[in-house]
Amino acid sequence: MYTKEMLESMKKVEANRAANAVMEPKRMTAEENDTLLKTYHPDYREEEFDVLAIGPNKGEKVPKELAALLQANSRIHPEEIDLSRVDYDVDVLIIGGGGAGASAAIEADNAGAKTMIVTKLRIGDANTMMAEGGIQAADKPNDSPAIHYLDAFGGGHFAAKPELLYKLVTEAPEAIAWLNDLGVEFDKAPDGTMITTHGGGTSRKRMHAAKDYSGAEIMRTLRDEVLNREIPVVDFTAAIELILDENGKAAGAVLLNMETQEILIARAKTVIIATGGAGRLHYQGFPTSNHYGATADGLILAYRAGAKLLYPDTLQYHPTGAAYPEQIFGALVTEKVRSLGAKLINANGEVFMHPLETRDVAAASIIRECSANGKGVPTPEGVGVWLDTPMIELKGGEGTIEKRIPAMMRMFGKYDIDIRKEPILVYPTLHYQNGGIDITSDGQSTVENLFVAGEAVGGIHGRNRLMGNSLLDVIVFGRNAGRSASAKAKETTTGALTLAHVDAYAKEMADAGIVSDIVSPKLLPDYRRKK
Amino acid sequence: METMVHIFLMGKQYEVPSNLTIMKAMEYAGYQLIRGCGCRNGFCGACATIYRVKGDRELKVCLACQTKVEDNMYVATLPFFPLVKQVYDIEKVSATQQIMMQLYPEIYACIGCNACTNSCTQGLNVMQYIAYAQRGDFEKCAEESFDCVMCGVCSSRCPAGISHPQVAMLARRLNGKYLAPKSQHLEDRVREIKNGDFKELLENLMQKPLSEMQELYNHREIEQ
Repeated sequence: MYTKEMLESMKKVEANRAANAVMEPKRMTAEENDTLLKTYHPDYREEEFDVLAIGPNKGEKVPKELAALLQANSRIHPEEIDLSRVDYDVDVLIIGGGGAGASAAIEADNAGAKTMIVTKLRIGDANTMMAEGGIQAADKPNDSPAIHYLDAFGGGHFAAKPELLYKLVTEAPEAIAWLNDLGVEFDKAPDGTMITTHGGGTSRKRMHAAKDYSGAEIMRTLRDEVLNREIPVVDFTAAIELILDENGKAAGAVLLNMETQEILIARAKTVIIATGGAGRLHYQGFPTSNHYGATADGLILAYRAGAKLLYPDTLQYHPTGAAYPEQIFGALVTEKVRSLGAKLINANGEVFMHPLETRDVAAASIIRECSANGKGVPTPEGVGVWLDTPMIELKGGEGTIEKRIPAMMRMFGKYDIDIRKEPILVYPTLHYQNGGIDITSDGQSTVENLFVAGEAVGGIHGRNRLMGNSLLDVIVFGRNAGRSASAKAKETTTGALTLAHVDAYAKEMADAGIVSDIVSPKLLPDYRRKK
Repeated sequence: METMVHIFLMGKQYEVPSNLTIMKAMEYAGYQLIRGCGCRNGFCGACATIYRVKGDRELKVCLACQTKVEDNMYVATLPFFPLVKQVYDIEKVSATQQIMMQLYPEIYACIGCNACTNSCTQGLNVMQYIAYAQRGDFEKCAEESFDCVMCGVCSSRCPAGISHPQVAMLARRLNGKYLAPKSQHLEDRVREIKNGDFKELLENLMQKPLSEMQELYNHREIEQ
């Protein structure tokens, strides 16, 4: 499967494997990290960002691709929409059917609220489903929420909102217990002890996993629970604009049937945005590990309705996307591969970094190795470095790969690469939106009655996120939003519905001299061949 | 120069580069996918696909995002299949054989044809995990079915009308909740947090100035 040139380089990897496997590469100092990030991390390429001219974050920079969607035209003409013909009338409307949306729905249902999920694809078509490596929680005797806090706060460059991070780490063990109680099958030793590993930047082994299907196992269980509760799920239906009431509170959404193009109106006492990330916007031309619908829709809807964003200029490039074969270009190679002992190796067979640096540092280091250092391995789509998977079995014994990372073995096995015997080629892939909509610790945005959960939130992690803290945040903040939104719904009287904010935003655009031929939210990427 | 192959999408012929997956070939041909496309990475089961290569008797199945096109491949997508999903209260059921008899009695009508196993896009031994479910051996059913992406192809081929992925889903939840050993350290930690044991420690940490926080982070002890 590998090309001749790759096989030549692979010989060097094999020759050095035994020595490379036992060496402990030193970690970079804080100063080295800083310089590396500023020189090589994509977030620091100034020319790839635009400054917003309108809206709550006016004057701040965001990726060009996001700016183009934030400062674009609505998909609707408000005067053509009849808000008096309500198709769905609920207490809590949840937009998005991933881990955060499903968790929110379960808690809102627990609280007795009339709840509904709308999703533009199916429930479970979400980045949660694709999270492979695991979920963090400080539940071992040598660990504590305070140590978890320090790891995440430092890993996020001390930019997380303290009250959000406090919530994340203190509610983490309960989140694991809740999932376990719903029937999620965590990897456990025979005595019930959770099998936990390190992730990049963790100082304690607190990564809980369900093989390398961690997110899939969590998502399918949450989905099953939503269906058991008979919470309505309206699938293949996108929210294309929020509806406010006359007092400026969130009060529903304009929906679009993705297949028939029919417009529907959902009225709600409170709304939860759980629309996930933005990988499918392919910032800076990067491939992505994200699911098909990751197009930042929630950010667009919320921004047009007046909600403030936090850290929208910071993205996570997962250090190890598949660089080869081209059929899986950009697909996620879980960090767990490195947790289990595989190291990153350059074209000459040399270990060039500690395998468990934080993701931003690891990504920048791989980019440096392949650019300035010139020690990458050329591939049809660009370049990559080796991730020496056979080291895992040297360290953990034969059978470790099949038992702990079966999805990875299967993904490469389909292209005749046996990761137990051969290393794989990796390069950073667009993975996670660190920033998003600004919330308070009850999950509410700056727009009253508009709640947010999951990847659409900004500020939980700061400017970089540790492995395993995202699955955790969709559960903790999903449940949190479900509880808060249902409690708020009880005390809310919704006034007359309006889309005046859509007109006002269009006027603001016109006044700023912005002319756009784009409509947003994007909903789905377009991969059709351009002739 | 890229090599081209001829494929047939729902019977209509297209010429596409030979290195594409079926999913990317559909997009190359001009399809804007709505259904039949989810994670694009082999985890969500949205893109179940049935195909036959011209001249070949055998019907093959795959995930469109994980499979390369071949010359003369006839492709039919299966973006939805009406699986039977029974509703139950996970708090009220118990992990006994009776629950399968009650919710999914059709599993006992399995005729042992093994079409499910032969059609699994994940290469799982589906008939075997159904056999475990019949016997109420949920731990083994859970283990055997763990890598299931619930694409539904097995059920589409089943003469007994079994919804295998849903049977396995039930088995895994029963196993995870009731049969797998309890984690004492987790229960202890949840109780300690509820008790407020870490509150002061955390609040002290959060009040520290940035420089002290950086110092603590940069010199924290890392478990080997």
